[in-house]
Amino acid sequence: MTRSFRRVSSAFAAALALFVGAGSARAEDVVFLSSQLRPLEEATKMRDVILKDFPDQVLYVPDFPQQLLVRLNAESQADKHTISLVGALHGELQALAQAGLLTPVDDIQGRLADRGFPPQLAALGKLGGEHQLYVPWMQATYIMVANKKALPYLPAGANLQSLTYAQLAEWAQAIQEKTGQRALGFPAGPQGLMARFFEGYLYPSFTGGVVTPFRSAEAEAMWAQFRDLWKYVNPNSSNYNFMQEPLLSGDVMIGFDHVARMLGALRERPDDFVAFPAPSGPKGRGYMPVVAGLAIAKGAPDPAGAAALIAYLTKPEIQISTAVTSGFFPVVNAPLPADLPPGIRLAATAIAATQNAPDVVPSLLPVGLGTKDGEFNKVYLDTFQRIVLRNQNIHEVLGREAQELRKVIDDTKAACWLPDKASQGACPVS
Amino acid sequence: MRRARLLPYLLVAPSMAFLAALFLFPLVQTISLAFHADGRWSLGKFATMADDLDFGDAVGNTFKLVMIVVPAQLILALAMALMLPHLRRGRDLVLWVWSIPLGVSDLAAGLVWLAILTDRGYLNTILFKLGIIAAPTAWLTYETPFALFAAIIVAEMWRATAIVFLILVAGVQLVPKEFAEAAEIFGASPWQRLTRVTLPLLKPSIQTALILRTVLAFEMFAMVITLGGRNFPVLVSEAFNWQDTNQDYGVAAAYATLVMAVSLAATAFYLIVMRVRPEDRS
Repeated sequence: MTRSFRRVSSAFAAALALFVGAGSARAEDVVFLSSQLRPLEEATKMRDVILKDFPDQVLYVPDFPQQLLVRLNAESQADKHTISLVGALHGELQALAQAGLLTPVDDIQGRLADRGFPPQLAALGKLGGEHQLYVPWMQATYIMVANKKALPYLPAGANLQSLTYAQLAEWAQAIQEKTGQRALGFPAGPQGLMARFFEGYLYPSFTGGVVTPFRSAEAEAMWAQFRDLWKYVNPNSSNYNFMQEPLLSGDVMIGFDHVARMLGALRERPDDFVAFPAPSGPKGRGYMPVVAGLAIAKGAPDPAGAAALIAYLTKPEIQISTAVTSGFFPVVNAPLPADLPPGIRLAATAIAATQNAPDVVPSLLPVGLGTKDGEFNKVYLDTFQRIVLRNQNIHEVLGREAQELRKVIDDTKAACWLPDKASQGACPVS
Repeated sequence: MRRARLLPYLLVAPSMAFLAALFLFPLVQTISLAFHADGRWSLGKFATMADDLDFGDAVGNTFKLVMIVVPAQLILALAMALMLPHLRRGRDLVLWVWSIPLGVSDLAAGLVWLAILTDRGYLNTILFKLGIIAAPTAWLTYETPFALFAAIIVAEMWRATAIVFLILVAGVQLVPKEFAEAAEIFGASPWQRLTRVTLPLLKPSIQTALILRTVLAFEMFAMVITLGGRNFPVLVSEAFNWQDTNQDYGVAAAYATLVMAVSLAATAFYLIVMRVRPEDRS
């Protein structure tokens, strides 16, 4: 009895020692704090698969986005640094840079030039300044997915990889005339990401901006055309949150959404679907990259280790295994291996086609709006509600909503972000 | 002696403290949030609320729902409660079955009805198999406002009639049988017995049921948002949108304050219109 108790307790003590040992950094570990690949399953794969071949020890610490600033601030104030590398989304890194918590990484970005970062992605890492503050790590964006059953109705001469909004309308019209189905779908439900469609795709494609040309003549023409297109859109769209569900059920045949909200359909039935870039308008092809980057904390205890880890994580083969785990895709020139899951391949190909399109108009997520992001989105969603769903007068609606937009921008004094032209002070709504 | 007089207060003190901490305090905070804008006392948040695209619809939808659902539920529940005593056998079973919806959460009930009414749901499947429709029909979109409204009414009737019914059953059991028997002996028709004897005696229960049900109906949320989404705004779903999606807590608080004012007004209305003499309260 005593003996078995002793055995159990010593095993317990050993386990505890192991646990404590694993939880606290040894001096030689590179500590990697990340707001991405956070769920237990993804974090485990990060440690056991993605980081497996890195020569040094890495302590991978996933944490909630808002904790990054808190933690780095605390370390900086206490002058007791443990974190070397930070992985986070563009906007999160921008907040860290504004607080002066990041070190420039121009030299590292320079050394990795042969990886083939697309120039517009690499430029994002400068955060609008002179110095490179992060190296792109991985990306997501919005894509279109169509059921192969819809392909026979594609208008003559249309190429999926370079579709225009006019062709999309013709396509959907043909499907409706032949099958009676309103086959086009958008994620305009309560939790859907419809606002991003207007901010990152429709407005940039038709007006070349988002805020400044909000009520321009081009915008009026755009809304008129979009209201026409909506005749072929499934009316359940105002309930759709994730387009993978109506695509899988067959309620819609063509859909637009964030790649993470399409991946379910592509993974489950890769043979039934095709993925392709969002359409283009008169000013080009709107494209909203969602970029995560790798940055080095100011005062990092192991900057050399962090730099080595950045070089490792941007290797093509590591980028691919990151994509398979996270649903975030390569930011470098990474040839897709033959054994890539077919759903991932579809998405990765569509993303590459989007960012390499000759007419691409990169449009950033809103910058500098803080907690007003929700009200900013509401302006675009209300405009859509009024013009398209309630058939109100376009000119009057744009005039009215432009005032709301100006209020949001003036409250936050946010300067213009891409694709609007840079501004001194708050971004103007003309 | 003094301790005996204090004892009841001591016993209710914990619950009073609990309610004050978790009800009164947030209430005061919410009201203050609603009446502040830019750090000053102001009606700005109410102006934003009233000026919003969905405000008119939210008010209209909420009142339309309450005006239809509450009276319909009262009549239905009354009929059920009055039928129950006439069952000789299986009364408990019927009581049980009729109370089942009470145990189902709002959201779950909404999902059940969504599964029935959605494009590829049970209703469309049955209608299709019977040859009544040629293709799946959408019932719950902005293009079919009447069908959507009807669907929400039916679902709400199913879900929340049980609470009215249970209150009325308790009331019916308290009505002495002798009254109805006496009325029958004096030659009253069944209709006269209902309107002259049973209903007046049930008045306190009806009042309670109406107040409770109306207040809850003004707070309707999960069911409506599941079936209607953005297509059918009501007051509470708008409060949620402003809090969650638009992240303007002040406007959300203004909505919450409005819902509270409407509920208080409805309660006062019932208390005045259906005044019950104290000696009639059972």
